[in-house]
Amino acid sequence: MPPALTIVGLTKTYEGPPPVTALFGVELSVEAGEIFGLLGPNGAGKTTTVGVCTTRVRPSGGVVTVNGFDVARNPAEVKRRIGVVTQHNTLDRSCTVWENLYYHCRYFGMSGTDARARTDALLEQFRLTDRASAMAMTLSGGLAQRVQIARSIAHHPAILFLDEPTAGLDPQSRLQLWELVEGLRAGGITVLLTTHYMEEAERLSDRVAIIDHGKVLIVGTPAGLKQGLGASTVCEVSVDRVDESLLQAIRTLPAVHEVTRTERGVRVLTGVRDGLLPRLVEVALGYGLTDVAVHEPTLETVFIQMTGRDLRD
Amino acid sequence: MTEPNLVRSPGVSLSAFSTTSAVWGLVLRDLRVLRRNFGPFVVRTVMNPMLFVFVFTYVLPRIGQGVTSGPGGATYATILVPGLVAVGMIFTGISAVALPLAMELGGTREIEDRVLAPIPVELVAIEKLCFGAAQATLGGAVVLPLVTFIPVTAVHVRIEDWPLFLVVLVLASLAAGALGLALGTAVRPQQIGLMFAVVVTPIMFLGCVYYPWAMLHVIPWLQWLVLLNPLVYMSEGLRATLTPDVPHMPTWAFLSALTLATLLLGALGVRGFVRRTIS
Repeated sequence: MPPALTIVGLTKTYEGPPPVTALFGVELSVEAGEIFGLLGPNGAGKTTTVGVCTTRVRPSGGVVTVNGFDVARNPAEVKRRIGVVTQHNTLDRSCTVWENLYYHCRYFGMSGTDARARTDALLEQFRLTDRASAMAMTLSGGLAQRVQIARSIAHHPAILFLDEPTAGLDPQSRLQLWELVEGLRAGGITVLLTTHYMEEAERLSDRVAIIDHGKVLIVGTPAGLKQGLGASTVCEVSVDRVDESLLQAIRTLPAVHEVTRTERGVRVLTGVRDGLLPRLVEVALGYGLTDVAVHEPTLETVFIQMTGRDLRD
Repeated sequence: MTEPNLVRSPGVSLSAFSTTSAVWGLVLRDLRVLRRNFGPFVVRTVMNPMLFVFVFTYVLPRIGQGVTSGPGGATYATILVPGLVAVGMIFTGISAVALPLAMELGGTREIEDRVLAPIPVELVAIEKLCFGAAQATLGGAVVLPLVTFIPVTAVHVRIEDWPLFLVVLVLASLAAGALGLALGTAVRPQQIGLMFAVVVTPIMFLGCVYYPWAMLHVIPWLQWLVLLNPLVYMSEGLRATLTPDVPHMPTWAFLSALTLATLLLGALGVRGFVRRTIS
């Protein structure tokens, strides 16, 4: 099966003044049936990438194809095959929930009867039946996002784009939305998901691309990316005073792979946990040790190792 | 919550049929919204012309003030009819297209689902224009009986040339829709108040609504200046076909000017729409 989405050498410069370059040659390929996460901090170029893939942003250079159709040359054919959920609530505020789904189906050429049946089925599937006649503008953020996802798959798209689908949602709605996407996975849909929440990328994605400053830094499965760090444990050591001698002292300890300075101390990547901790504490005591936290590496650790920055920076 | 058939990719290629049915979907959506808001739509459309005609052709004659007759022996009430119908149309074009569009493009982004319909975005804009035109016709139709029956003085409305009247009606409606589209894509939501002050009010007052264009010959600079105003041709076109006894512009002049205005404003509006929806 050919890839559902291919991005080759994608560049985008927004005309100014001043001109802003958002993408510097993005390369990606999303296979049919996978959930692909695009993880990066705000301003990394995620939304611009999705904008180009969904025909709402004109590429400055490069080629993007959806199911073989070029987004720049054949936007209408591409639009027929994609579903889009953006981080903004783009529900039609003049219409009810039912009408939002129904007219969406009509835009995609369904007959009145088919559109009605599809709308009712979607409301049922997304547990929205009791909200059918509510005006779209009265919905809470979590519900609105659920309606948007129902709407985005109403016309059976080949690939679904979720751009920061849980930004601004409360924790409970976020969890519900994750369950919803996992439910879609069971149906075999292809999804490109952008997020700056590493838990979200880690939990939902089959593969993840880390993007920063308009470039893809690395692509792989969440497990593969973490394995690539070569460390099974991360120790965050908080101290009052950090200097080069502390870093140097820790580097000489056995099984330490990497030591980096953080805001409040040092981060130590290591292959073993046993035995190292007491020695770490011992060294750090002389620098005003305040806290030691131990955790497994996450995608955020991968991001930090690649960019030297936090995802939230 | 499982979704069967999701990988089923529609093999149908774009055809004239699917494009038509998508545009028809947009029309159905707009019809639904219009039906829901029909009450406010009528109130919005009739308020200005109704009050105007009430004060100038009912109150003022009753208290012994104001103009009661104009050129060609027509009553002032007769002169007002085509102008106020034109105002009803252009005002509808602005309030039905420009205002919601300015909000949707500038604030809520709710137009996005229609922009993502599987048709060229230009068609989404053209549908807006045409639906605005249909509403403008409706607006004119709502105003006509009011301005005919409220005045205390006689009103002489007589359509001699029905084909020409229908042509004027269609062109005037399209011009109103095109103006709505052009304004709606040009202004930001926070500039709407300013738009009314700087664009809408001058268009209304200098649109040969309350006086025939020919009578402006005593103020030549103004007579030339108002030719930039599309409402002038809507008023004059309706004047020529609804009240042919009142002096009016030659047919070729208002027909060609209305066509030109529609094309220019329409092109401007479609271009603005594309610029605002695709970055």
